[in-house]
Amino acid sequence: MLAFLVQRISQALLVMFVISVVAFAIQDGLGDPLQEMVGMSVSQEEREAIREELGLNDPMVIQYLRFAGNALQGDLGNSYFYSKPTLAVIAEHLPATLELVIGASLIIILLSVPIGVYSAIRPQAWLSKFFMGVSTVGISIPVFLTAIVLIQLFSIGVTVNWFPSDTAWGQWLNEALSTEGGLPSYGRGEHLTPLFGTWESGFFTSEGLMHLLLPSVSLASIMLPLFIRLIRAEMMEVLQSDYIRYARAKGLSAWRINFLHALKNTMLPVITVGGVQIGIMVAYTILTETVFQWPGVGLMFLEAITRSDIPLIVAYLMVVGLIFVVTNTLVDLIYGLVNPTVKLTGKKA
Amino acid sequence: MTTATVSRWDRFRESFFWYSFKRDKVAILSFLVLLTMVLAAVFAPWLAPTNPYDLAQIDIMNSELPPVGMAGADPAFPLGTDAQGRDLLSTILYGTRVSLVIGFGAVLLQAALGILFGLLAGYLGGKVDAILMRIADVQLSFSTLMVAIIVGAVFKASFGNLMFGEIAIYMLIFIIGVAEWPQIARTVRASVLAEKKKEYVDAAKVMGFGTGRIMFRHILPNTLSPIFVIATVQIANAIISEAALSFLGLGMPETQPSLGSLIKSGFDYIQSGSWWITLIPGLVLVVLVLVINLLGDWLRDVMNPRLYKG
Repeated sequence: MLAFLVQRISQALLVMFVISVVAFAIQDGLGDPLQEMVGMSVSQEEREAIREELGLNDPMVIQYLRFAGNALQGDLGNSYFYSKPTLAVIAEHLPATLELVIGASLIIILLSVPIGVYSAIRPQAWLSKFFMGVSTVGISIPVFLTAIVLIQLFSIGVTVNWFPSDTAWGQWLNEALSTEGGLPSYGRGEHLTPLFGTWESGFFTSEGLMHLLLPSVSLASIMLPLFIRLIRAEMMEVLQSDYIRYARAKGLSAWRINFLHALKNTMLPVITVGGVQIGIMVAYTILTETVFQWPGVGLMFLEAITRSDIPLIVAYLMVVGLIFVVTNTLVDLIYGLVNPTVKLTGKKA
Repeated sequence: MTTATVSRWDRFRESFFWYSFKRDKVAILSFLVLLTMVLAAVFAPWLAPTNPYDLAQIDIMNSELPPVGMAGADPAFPLGTDAQGRDLLSTILYGTRVSLVIGFGAVLLQAALGILFGLLAGYLGGKVDAILMRIADVQLSFSTLMVAIIVGAVFKASFGNLMFGEIAIYMLIFIIGVAEWPQIARTVRASVLAEKKKEYVDAAKVMGFGTGRIMFRHILPNTLSPIFVIATVQIANAIISEAALSFLGLGMPETQPSLGSLIKSGFDYIQSGSWWITLIPGLVLVVLVLVINLLGDWLRDVMNPRLYKG
């Protein structure tokens, strides 16, 4: 176990090193700090002097070491646009993204487990087939399109008048298909509850929750089909195993077998895959936050790109890289802990 | 699948492939829809009522006209017009063309990289394998979309907006191709590992063939069916990635729109009630991706019945 731990952690450090090299290369290749600092009137000699003083003429390796040393001390430079440390800017925007991810994860867990279990227990039922069909279609819809459709339906509202309104059934159909709209589609709302530090939460007011609803449903929609399929596949495999057959022969109630014995072993792989997927959700937050103008790190990153705010782009890369590496390493370690049969020498199965 | 000679055509008609295709209604329907869309995209310059790239044919007075069937529609624009007054049907036809070109191009690049690295990793093993698969692991754990967004952002920042717009189509093929190669490399590697233990490989070695010849002439043909399956699904993924990048403003410019940039340009006007600029290209995108995914599912079942899983 110790060897496994050491190996995984050293691998995580190696990946973080590669990320930092990439980030440094981007900073070095794209940003000229001198241009941001001095005006047009500064002479060539003075520019050279400042370059020398800032160490921009040092060898690459020395410059990288300085960059990495500063990064380790939590200094990733100042954002051009916000004129303050990039990490502080990210810390301000991170809670919004975290709340979005938490909201989406709750929706995914609450829906995917019952649907996945149901369609594994009754694979032939029409409802299971319906869920499977919906999830195939769901995989094919890009997350930003789901978001736009949700905005059109629940925020702007739709008036349907395709059916003759002078008949009772036509009127009823028109009304049933029309939506009122009115759900907020923009930002996080006015009143947020300050928790600690830079964290202002939208979880404690109905206004905050209303604002959270559409963005987290859109973000959940991209992962939900994957999780339903995964839980169904794992559960069907578990239901074939000997101990379930034995439990059936013993006469245990179906409810006890399905939810106590089978579900426990189903969730093991689901949790580990889920951990990685939740890391991947960070990429989709960029799309969701753009559509809903959600003031999280994804939107901040996209704005940084349009403003060519190189230090902020680099800092975002480092922070997101760190989040990915930490979640992946934790998931690997947890998997190694709960499933001793995993090959401790490395290489995922 | 070639129809070069009569005997091949007969062989194809008697194959399990054709047999299972004939019996699968979903596959036939998906194939027909895909074929229609590909043909419509290929022949867009002849089918489209107007040329959306030609500024002389655009009249700003026609902007935001609704599709036929709604109040205020103009029969000259069956699907309505966008905010610049371009005919939506024409822009969708041209946009599908751009999306398909990028989708196929990106998958060709992925397949080239994935097959090369997968063969090298699987056949040579040892250090080469370890290094290539580590890189693939890291890239996959970052999610391919994230890698594509970052590479796109860096390119855009270094080329500048105008320059990026001109070469966007090649950039997108490159970005998506490079971001997604590990998917194919892993599949190739897995089948190479199974193939290289077989006797025909030993025989080829004994006959003194070189490593390259064994890899590409002997092993590669036997790993093609899983490559086909994954490449089909990857086309759908590439089209979605392209749409996502364009939607974020890291893809095709509005003057030369793909389906994704059409959706983006329409989204700016959705609050004013012009839903069709966004939702009609969106529907086309979903149908395109859905039929490719359904064909991929069917292909997986046919070519790989043993590996089939939920």
